[in-house]
Amino acid sequence: MLNLIAISISAILIENFVLVKFLGICPFLGVSKKTETATGMGFAVIFTMTVASALTWLVQTFILEKLHLEYLQTIAFIFVIAALVQFIEMFLQKKIPALYSSLGIYLPLITTNCTVLGVAILNVSRGYNFLETVVYGFSAGVGFLLAIVLLAIIRERMEYADIPAPFRGIPIVLIAAGLLSISFMGFQGLNLPF
Amino acid sequence: MNVFLQILIAVAVMAAIAFIVGLLLAVAAKKFAVEKNERVEQIEQLLPGANCGGCGYAGCSAYASAVAEKGEAPNRCAAGGPSVSAAIAAVLGVESETETKMRAQVMCSGARGLAARKYKYTGLEDCYSVAKLGNGPLECSFGCIGLGSCVKACPFGAMKIERGVAVVEYEKCKACGICVSTCPRHIIKLVPYDSDIWVGCSDKNKGAATRGYCKVGCIGCGLCAKVCNSGAITIEDNRAVIDYTKCVGCGACVEKCPRKIIWSGKDQVLFGDTVQNMMSAKKAAQSVSEKQPPQKPAETPTAEVPERAAVVSAPEKRETDRLSEDEET
Repeated sequence: MLNLIAISISAILIENFVLVKFLGICPFLGVSKKTETATGMGFAVIFTMTVASALTWLVQTFILEKLHLEYLQTIAFIFVIAALVQFIEMFLQKKIPALYSSLGIYLPLITTNCTVLGVAILNVSRGYNFLETVVYGFSAGVGFLLAIVLLAIIRERMEYADIPAPFRGIPIVLIAAGLLSISFMGFQGLNLPF
Repeated sequence: MNVFLQILIAVAVMAAIAFIVGLLLAVAAKKFAVEKNERVEQIEQLLPGANCGGCGYAGCSAYASAVAEKGEAPNRCAAGGPSVSAAIAAVLGVESETETKMRAQVMCSGARGLAARKYKYTGLEDCYSVAKLGNGPLECSFGCIGLGSCVKACPFGAMKIERGVAVVEYEKCKACGICVSTCPRHIIKLVPYDSDIWVGCSDKNKGAATRGYCKVGCIGCGLCAKVCNSGAITIEDNRAVIDYTKCVGCGACVEKCPRKIIWSGKDQVLFGDTVQNMMSAKKAAQSVSEKQPPQKPAETPTAEVPERAAVVSAPEKRETDRLSEDEET
């Protein structure tokens, strides 16, 4: 149990996927203009990552490892994740239209997002068991949500700031993201008591 | 041989995974197929897809489904204009009401150096914030603040700030009306696209007061109303208002206006140059009047600028630039 909490805290803060591992920068910068859409994207990522972690762990353990085909990991994972996202999208559209209308447009964006692939591959390389994998995938998603919402809030604030002309637009966003990342690096010193 | 076997196994496994996944997706596509209203898709195809929200819905697809399923009127899309509403009406099989094409117009010409300011503002680049500070930085409470809330709001990039006043680039304007509802001063109006003539002032104060703080404010003298043959101009709240249903665009009012604030011209962007001309002419008039007493004081302000396309000579231009810089900081 303590192990799971440690995995979760480390995935959210200490090795935040966006701000420390620098995965998923594209949606991080692209969809962080408004807090509302950033939140939607964040929840979609949590959802996809959790399910994708579980599924890729199954594929890895019961297909690839049994047949000694670990080197096909990347291509097989991309395959499975892409199909999974497609399936989820169809399923949501039919069964839970309310959730689809809030997450729907973000789902295709995540199809082969590097955060999702990254979490799947990290699970394998760290030798997590099934439960740990699911917890790690979920927490990595929460970390993404935290990062993207923080940046979105900063960007909304900056809308009204008098920014020097050369920094307007993306440059100031990159600077803000960098500072955010530096502050998250501070969690490196966090010693978990278990 | 062993190598070939390995390759074969790898290919077979990937093919098997692909096959299973493909099969699952195919089944899912059948099972979870959502019947979409065909009309919604057709209408969405017809719409511009800018998602400007001018129709009052969250975006083009929301409007399309409202039209197809909830009986919303087909002519709400301002960006698409009459051709789109006609096409939508054709899809629905109903007659569309023809509408005249409109454009936005900022009813203020109080550029920097022409409208007096109460204070210098540094802070949030947002008209709403400034409007709350002692009713804005301008003496005139109906003048354009020029911090560009409308520029940020415009989904078509049709607005910009020209010498401290928001101006509309008519060709880009789709008359969605977002700037109209954004402007905290309520001085942006929708006018017919084909109409050239507009009053560059929204000031409701009395003429004497207006004259005190703005060189380009309407003083409500009513000369334009008198000269207008079609009766399109009335003086309401101490300012000239054009009724575009009556205006024929003859331009008599443009000539007559003693303050030169009834503008004519397809593109308001020209307005920046025009203001510069006016200011340089005013400077010139002032320097003349300093040397010799004015003979006709009533005519001095704008007497020398009936020709709006007059070219500004270099030294004059530099002078006006310096003036505007003083005002800017």
